[in-house]
Amino acid sequence: MASVTMTVNGKSVSGDVEGRTLMSDFLRNDLRLTGTHIGCDTSQCGACVIHVNGEAVKSCTMFAVEADGAEVATIEGQANTDGSLNVIQQAFQDHHGLQCGFCTPGMVMSAAALLKDNPKPSEAEVREYLEGNICRCTGYHNIVKAIMAASGQDVPAVAAE
Amino acid sequence: MPKDGGIGASTTRREDVRFLTGKGKYTADINTFGQAAATFVRSTVANGVIKSIDTSAAAEMPGVLAIFTGEDFVDVGGNPAGWLINSRDGEPMKEPKRPVLAHGKVRHVGDAYAAVIAETEQQARDAAEEIIADIEELPAIIDMAAALAGDAYVHDEIGTNQCFDWGWIEDNRAATDEAIKNAPHVTTLELINNRLVPNAMEPRASIGTYDAAGDSYLLQTTSQNPHLTRLLISAFVMGIPENKLTVIAPDVGGGFGSKIYHYGEEALVLAAAKKVGRPVKWVADRTESFLTDAHGRDHVTKIELACEKDGTFIAFRTETLANVGAYLSNFSTATPTFLHGTLMAGNYTVPNVYVNLKAVFTNTAPVDAYRGAGRPEATYSIERVIDMAARELNIDPVEIRRKNFIKPDQFPFGTAAGLEYDSGNYDALMDKMEAIVDRKAFEERRKQSEANGKMRGLGINAYVEACGIAPSNLVGVLGSRVGLYDAATVRVNATGNLSVMVGAHSHGQGHETVFPQIVGEMLGIDPQSVDIVHGDTSKIPFGMGTYGSRSLAVCGSAVVRATEKIIAKAKKIAAHMLEASADDLEFTDGQFTVKGTDKSVSFGEVALKAYIPHEFPIEDIEPGLEETAFYDPANFTYPSGAYACEVEVDPETGKVTIERFTACDDFGNVMNPMIVSGQVQGGVVQGIGQALLENTTYDENGQLLSASYMDYVMPRADDLPFIAVDHSDGTPCTHNPLGAKGCGEGGAIGSPPTVVNAVIDALQSGGKNVTHIDMPLTPARVWAAMNNA
Repeated sequence: MASVTMTVNGKSVSGDVEGRTLMSDFLRNDLRLTGTHIGCDTSQCGACVIHVNGEAVKSCTMFAVEADGAEVATIEGQANTDGSLNVIQQAFQDHHGLQCGFCTPGMVMSAAALLKDNPKPSEAEVREYLEGNICRCTGYHNIVKAIMAASGQDVPAVAAE
Repeated sequence: MPKDGGIGASTTRREDVRFLTGKGKYTADINTFGQAAATFVRSTVANGVIKSIDTSAAAEMPGVLAIFTGEDFVDVGGNPAGWLINSRDGEPMKEPKRPVLAHGKVRHVGDAYAAVIAETEQQARDAAEEIIADIEELPAIIDMAAALAGDAYVHDEIGTNQCFDWGWIEDNRAATDEAIKNAPHVTTLELINNRLVPNAMEPRASIGTYDAAGDSYLLQTTSQNPHLTRLLISAFVMGIPENKLTVIAPDVGGGFGSKIYHYGEEALVLAAAKKVGRPVKWVADRTESFLTDAHGRDHVTKIELACEKDGTFIAFRTETLANVGAYLSNFSTATPTFLHGTLMAGNYTVPNVYVNLKAVFTNTAPVDAYRGAGRPEATYSIERVIDMAARELNIDPVEIRRKNFIKPDQFPFGTAAGLEYDSGNYDALMDKMEAIVDRKAFEERRKQSEANGKMRGLGINAYVEACGIAPSNLVGVLGSRVGLYDAATVRVNATGNLSVMVGAHSHGQGHETVFPQIVGEMLGIDPQSVDIVHGDTSKIPFGMGTYGSRSLAVCGSAVVRATEKIIAKAKKIAAHMLEASADDLEFTDGQFTVKGTDKSVSFGEVALKAYIPHEFPIEDIEPGLEETAFYDPANFTYPSGAYACEVEVDPETGKVTIERFTACDDFGNVMNPMIVSGQVQGGVVQGIGQALLENTTYDENGQLLSASYMDYVMPRADDLPFIAVDHSDGTPCTHNPLGAKGCGEGGAIGSPPTVVNAVIDALQSGGKNVTHIDMPLTPARVWAAMNNA
């Protein structure tokens, strides 16, 4: 067992983990932050995306010990300080960018990472960036619309509706 | 009620807030005090005799609490098939037992033969690796034709790999044969409807809890229909009385059919919870999901279309082999028969239809309903062979369909495949689709693609499907072992807000938003004051759950009926309060008013009176305001659509890209257009996945080669364009109170043939004599077809 300490959503946390404990399991089982979801075993689906030191990371693909000392953000820390939805979350609701909700935390975290680096992405850039996030419900249509809208771009102009 | 919150409003979804903030509560997110973990030991061979299982070393591993094998479940029942199909000769189908854990034989890779319960999941997994099973591998039975011809059986005790040999409609067989024999033109197509894995993003999970004090059980599980799961466990598998078993399906991360069925893992965690005296939790990993979730489709079909030289259809005849896998999943026998054969007249007045379908056991995972369930297979066969016939007869693909469409004034229309379609307007859908596509402009787009070195094709398609499968009396005659109604309880609380308990289960469909829109509209109150309760058998009335696009048409109708009862009772109470006759009251905008006067009381005042019944006509009316309705539909509903797809094919690589996709659907009346559009877009993309990307591949030894997202190609955002949808001006369903038809599956039903028709059109336009390619149309398959043509 190893001791780890890190900052998660602005709060310092620590715990004892096995060397093989995945970051996703540490978040879900030790910290009870179950908003980070596990949808596959092969780092393909992206339901577990979090931010580590500002970078989007699939938390099923790193060990908890690797996050020792890191600044970590999860879906639970994304809302505004008054509890209201942030711009990206609100755009997902406004544009029906989620159905069953299972891939949604990873989608929101990926979208946030995209918009941080590329505040006005084109439709093609959004689609390419989401290559590592699988959604089975929406056909991505409204996810792409929501991310475009969150970036302040004209949504009706990009959709074929 | 203002339109901004009632029926027809694109109200944003209230459930989104918890999902967007990480507060959703899926089964895997639930942790309880003292919880132990289960893991399953699964066969690595497709077919084998279990000679011995040595659990002694595993039992000594750290943290192990219990180990189960098939031996522990020989005295309990099996997981049954929900629909009895009789063969053409009248013989009932073969129904081998499906045990909780494999006993005697393993029958597919992933078939569980042991389970370990330990303190933690990692300890359970470590111990599972110490179980030593001596399994004598037998040759795998994989190919359906070989399975029928051979003398080795998946289930030795039934002595055949044929589950049934079904004819629909058997009395029409001779006339159909004769019509085809004498027809001026017959188009024949042999095709494969590729096997798919539903792939809900949330893997299956179950938690069993046993309460010794009450000798009662709780199962929290990833289910689309908790009451059905409880019934199966109680009546067939475990014998736990229903009043001693609560099943809760909390937030469920997608289903698409795969979570309709009861699976052995659910029974195991209940048995284990009792044995170890602690809650027992199991969560599948993705590979387990690929290996053990019920798969979809997997038909091999020969279809013949007989027609006049002018394109008038005379007959459809099909012969199909349908894979049911190693065991009969709960609706595996209904899906290829009554959800498939009955749709084989399509949107057409064709006078002769005959379907022969043989269901075949193989050493593969069970196959059952997956989004569309039988109707995608029917639509694909019909619409591909029509496209081929149109090309052979040199008739425009839109015109040949219009020529044979059932016309608006012919409804209700009894088809040659035995259904009565209640309403529709297929020409109007085709008009809409043609207006959006603009075929003149398409020719310009094709020239542009050709200038860029690409081949461009336009595929079109029409579909009709059947949802809200019913009525119970009829399906009972046809072999269903369950009823197909649904139920709702509307509870008006004293302070005027409402709890509505529904049998339907929401796992992405937006029930928590839409059902309140209906109730709010009917009662003239703010939908925000209505909450939906679903997924908990201890709280909701017995309903059949959510599948087959039935939630709105069936359960929504039950909500309407229960709300009507509420209004009727509230009216009596209001009449007493207003000292008037109930007949003299009108109810609008949430107010009961004595006609022609300004005397009125609000719905909220009536609700309070119902629970504080001072000065209440207690001799005439019971206190309280709560009503339940069970709704059993008079018929299926029949959504329909006209779809178009434009593709580009790269002649160098065979890669297909979807350039445009247009879906015009008739879902009857639409409650929330935003949600309906989302259902169509998602369904269309699953269909595009089937057409271009997805394939479930077993090798000749029965190893699943596509058991991860590294191998099974899911549609991703950069595979797709935006999807144009139009579901305005539908023809209302004539037999349910909402006029709704169901929108969950149309997209997945209508899209696969549209895509394939487009690719064939592209190749033909590029001078390649390719008439058919089996799905998925991967670059390798398209390139090979082009270069062999």
